[in-house]
Amino acid sequence: MIRPWGWPEAIVAVPAAGVVIATGAISLDHAAAEAARLGPVIGFLAAVLVLAQLCDDEGLFHACGAWMARRAAGRPRRLLVLVFVTASLITAVLSLDATVVLLTPVVFATAARLGARAKPHVYACIHLSNTASLLLPVSNLTNLLVFAASGLTFTRFAALMALPWLVAIGAEYVVIRRFFAIDLDAGAEAPPTDEPRELPLFALLTVAGTLAGFVLTSVVGINPAWAAAAGAAVLAARALAQRRTTPTAIVRAAALPFCAFVLALGIVVRAVVDNGLADALGHVIPAGTELPALLAIAGLAAVLANLINNLPAVLVLLPLTAPTGPGAVLAVLLGVNIGPNLTYAGSLATLLWRRIVRGHDTDVELGEFTRLGLFAVPAALLLSVVALWVSLQAIGG
Amino acid sequence: MTVIVWIVEGTWPACVDAARTHTAADADIVLLHVTGHEVPGAAHGAYAGLLGRARPDRDPGTAVERLAAASAEQLLAGAAERLGRPCTRQERSGRVEREVVTAAQGADLLILARDGDRTHLGPRSLGPASRFIVDHASCPVLLVWPETAPSMAPHPPHHR
Repeated sequence: MIRPWGWPEAIVAVPAAGVVIATGAISLDHAAAEAARLGPVIGFLAAVLVLAQLCDDEGLFHACGAWMARRAAGRPRRLLVLVFVTASLITAVLSLDATVVLLTPVVFATAARLGARAKPHVYACIHLSNTASLLLPVSNLTNLLVFAASGLTFTRFAALMALPWLVAIGAEYVVIRRFFAIDLDAGAEAPPTDEPRELPLFALLTVAGTLAGFVLTSVVGINPAWAAAAGAAVLAARALAQRRTTPTAIVRAAALPFCAFVLALGIVVRAVVDNGLADALGHVIPAGTELPALLAIAGLAAVLANLINNLPAVLVLLPLTAPTGPGAVLAVLLGVNIGPNLTYAGSLATLLWRRIVRGHDTDVELGEFTRLGLFAVPAALLLSVVALWVSLQAIGG
Repeated sequence: MTVIVWIVEGTWPACVDAARTHTAADADIVLLHVTGHEVPGAAHGAYAGLLGRARPDRDPGTAVERLAAASAEQLLAGAAERLGRPCTRQERSGRVEREVVTAAQGADLLILARDGDRTHLGPRSLGPASRFIVDHASCPVLLVWPETAPSMAPHPPHHR
């Protein structure tokens, strides 16, 4: 019997890419161009994944938990604010992967330690891993793809997305606070524990240096991926010198099968776009960057992300919107980043894939998570698109 | 006499205190905690959403499940200590409201705490799970305030 548990998606995507190339569904030129376009993006992501893992090894996430527990002072509503601040910053700087994988368990542990009900805080953390990933090109793989296609500099991207980022987080906060009012009112009963303060100074300085590096590389016109690589290299050198990690662990953190998966997915999607999808969707996508057009683009992107996952969705929509200018591609980004909060596992496709591959998901209760998404996603999406339009008017695309 | 005390984060001490004051010294007291599947489930889902990057060994949902089990055990230990009487600890997992109703079948009393805003009386004091339990429990239910109730207004407020 075949037991496909834990198979990386690359095992399906890479042969599929081979098939579309072999059958001539995509020309070798287009496949090569797609690979050349995606290569640096994937390298950038790998560097950020390694950076986040090494920050965890340095104790950064544990320190975040200790800080939240201390500042919350036994009050769940205060803890929620701290979770919002922490999750928004971690997502923006170290990417949504870091928030989902490394911060979520810390948030649960912090709520449990305070004796508070964990659900509002964990759901907030999960929602923010998507919603708060709007700010920087490094915050989300979708951002890196859009960033590469938009022709914007790192700082200009951040300047345009700052207001939508803040507005979307604000919308999530209002919705989650109201949605979980009863659980937040329940209080927290655990006696305060006196734990030593932790300050992982080296990790914090490296992350700050990496952020400065993003700005600097953007000013002098080199790929900001080098700043991420430098930050990861500094932490890796220290961890290796202190024998706290191994080269194998660092390579594993870079998620190489995933890099192969993205490359293969890009080629497959390109083949589908070339063979008719561009024409079919071309009629649906509005031209222009006026507010109604931006709203329609973001809405379409959100729907598509919920059907086929946001990564393929952004690969499909980018070539169709890039000619219109940065405003349109950033609207796509709002849709594909905020949209996944509507569906458990981010999309129907992922849900199906999980059912097929793992088969034990039948007892998941989708009701409450989906209901929260039904309130939060339309509010955050609508308000952040308006904020993007304001930013475009003020700063200019 | 069998008394089920539903232990929930945030409000449980009042239930334990009520069990001590309102039941006979020889009553069989069961401290019940239920771990829901939604929170680890949401973490599993978020991880699956990272299409292509989700190695099973790093699943945060699994980490949350482990933490939830440890936290439930600690909570029940704390409740037993506060009660200071012989008692049974019962940990269940599943849909919280249904598990509590099932556990309370055949019991003589179910003790649970009011949820929600503690600064005034009413208008609504029960979360969806507590509401379901009060509606569906087949035994007498004792509903207690998580802490001292605020003083009664001269006239009951006519909210809404």
